[in-house]
Amino acid sequence: MGDLRLMKGNEVIAEAAIRCGCDGYFGYPITPQSEVMETLMLRRPWEETGMVVLQAESEVASINMMFGGASSGKKVMTSSSSPGISLMTEGISYMAGAELPGVIVNVQRGGPGLGTIQPSQADYFQATKGGGHGDYRLIVLAPNSVQEMNDFVDLGFELSFKYRNPALILTDGVIGQMMEKVELSEFKPRLTDKQIEEKYGEWIASGKKPDRERHIKTSLEMVSEVQEKNNERFQAKYRAMEKDEVRFEAIQCDDAEYVIVAYGVSSRISQKAVVLLREQGIKAGLLRPITLFPFPTQKINQLTDKAKGFLSVEMSSGQMIEDVKLAVNGKTKVEHFGRMGGVIATPGEVVDAVKQKLIGG
Amino acid sequence: MDELQLADIIKPENKVYGKSKIMTDTPMHYCYGCSHGVVHKLIAEVIEEMNIQEDTIGIAPVGCSVMMYYYLDIDWLQAPHGRAPAVATGYKRTNPKKYVFTYQGDGDLAAIGTAETMHAVNRGENIVMIFINNAIYGMTGGQMAPTTMIGQSTSTSPHGRDVEVNGYPLKITELIAQLPGSAYVTRQSVHTPATVRKCKKAIRKAFENSAKNIGTSFIEVVSTCNSGWKLDPVESNKWMEENMFPFYPLGDIKDSVHDDVEKYSVQKNKK
Ligand SMILES: Cc1ncc(C[n+]2csc(CCOP(=O)(O)OP(=O)(O)O)c2C)c(N)n1
Ligand code: SF4
Ligand SMILES: [Mg+2]
Repeated sequence: MGDLRLMKGNEVIAEAAIRCGCDGYFGYPITPQSEVMETLMLRRPWEETGMVVLQAESEVASINMMFGGASSGKKVMTSSSSPGISLMTEGISYMAGAELPGVIVNVQRGGPGLGTIQPSQADYFQATKGGGHGDYRLIVLAPNSVQEMNDFVDLGFELSFKYRNPALILTDGVIGQMMEKVELSEFKPRLTDKQIEEKYGEWIASGKKPDRERHIKTSLEMVSEVQEKNNERFQAKYRAMEKDEVRFEAIQCDDAEYVIVAYGVSSRISQKAVVLLREQGIKAGLLRPITLFPFPTQKINQLTDKAKGFLSVEMSSGQMIEDVKLAVNGKTKVEHFGRMGGVIATPGEVVDAVKQKLIGG
Repeated sequence: MDELQLADIIKPENKVYGKSKIMTDTPMHYCYGCSHGVVHKLIAEVIEEMNIQEDTIGIAPVGCSVMMYYYLDIDWLQAPHGRAPAVATGYKRTNPKKYVFTYQGDGDLAAIGTAETMHAVNRGENIVMIFINNAIYGMTGGQMAPTTMIGQSTSTSPHGRDVEVNGYPLKITELIAQLPGSAYVTRQSVHTPATVRKCKKAIRKAFENSAKNIGTSFIEVVSTCNSGWKLDPVESNKWMEENMFPFYPLGDIKDSVHDDVEKYSVQKNKK
């Protein structure tokens, strides 16, 4: 057994960053995720690994600091909650356009506006459909445990460097604030500048060398035909992600007549609901997307062979349900159940929703 | 005596001036008489003379100089409008040995990017910031800038800037000098050979400072935008001298290392 701890989800994000060899964290306080930077500041990783931790003047600044660090091939990250992510969308779009890697964590709270500090899943559209301006996508990972908060920091960096595209960990106030047992990752040393040059020398702006053209990290291209080519390249990356990076967990889906689709905290609640439904003789299953982009479209479509109905359970008015409907493609019924404004659904409510909306309806 | 031949004159030892190797051969897109090109050239010369091409990273803004990366043969980052100081911070903090400079217009630095500007300097980021104050938004077609003069007409203040509506021109450079994080703050211009030479000296000093880790070096260059001002280049220089210099006086504003930290420190409030 490795390093077992009882920790909060947000604290684990910080610990995982240090352990995976992150070079820099830039952030701005906002509930319910302030523990990420607080933990980092207490831990002083700059003394241990040389990782930079900086409190920025705003989320606008933190994402642009990420742009700066990422341009040199450094592993940089930020975390925030919904209103802060809205401020970052400009910078995120620029990073996607300049093809820069990096990990962004959104510990979602309720909206719109200042909304509430209570947990929510109302940023699904923003996370999975780009969020900012222009045709781009983020790799979106949705942890549903403190363990996955640990695992997905490293995975997020791996994927974001593989595709040279920002990755978003889309979580919520429950997963961020709750304490669970977690096995922390082994320490990985930060890459040296020499190693970074060897690995990413082709694209990073690390200072113009005599034997190569200058490297320009920009999202601007004024020649329409070239900009179209750039966009085609981005789209090809997103299609490759759809082919190779779909991750999900299917619980009792093999014989399921009623499939709940849920991610993050809603999947934890729904997992319990499946147990309760099975106890009552109802063949229920849970399909949990782990990547929200790319979405497990094919898997959901396969489940329509047996399933008589799908219930998208989200703490929102129903956003992911649109992707579930696209996957089901009209073959059977798709309904939504969710609470809003920071209210957390109970397993009993999910059981009732399955009965009323899928079986009874 | 034999007549002097051209070949006798064109000899390496007679060379008094040449194009910097850091300048590319790409034709510039700037209007005739625009200050941007002159300042680019000075930065290129300083980088060449200091032999820091491999260690210098430029942060291009959004504005007429957005495509500055076509003209200087170094590695570049192109920041969102106003965010260059934050981008520079992220780069410099994770690559402390590099020379990092931002190059920004007045709209970029003193309007949309005011927060990023003030806070980068306040943190004393060891970067160089070059601020092209042409009192207008050149790129978007000559709209009013925070630095536009009272009475100056622009496309969004066609009857002249009105204090009642738009407030006063922003002397952001003086504000920057107030911050303990700034080490060197100066205001220059590039409209005569003498001012060009002075400006180059200031740029050189700013780059040298950044290796000393003494805080931010900030150079405002009071500039012309003849297209935006609707004046020819010569008239523009005259208009700048007569109208801008009295309000934006040239010269060093600050040249000192960090203020005494003790002065700002308190007793610990937590055990
Ligand atoms: C977020 C955003 N808002 C507005 C613009 C449009 N825009 C481009 S350049 C510019 C003004 C540039 O003026 P300045 O910084 O003074 O540079 P100059 O062109 O005068 O050198 C504006 C408003 C933009 N690109 N991005
Ligand atoms: S519009 Fe103004 S700032 Fe832009 S290139 Fe022309 S003169 Fe220069
Ligand atoms: Mg301007």
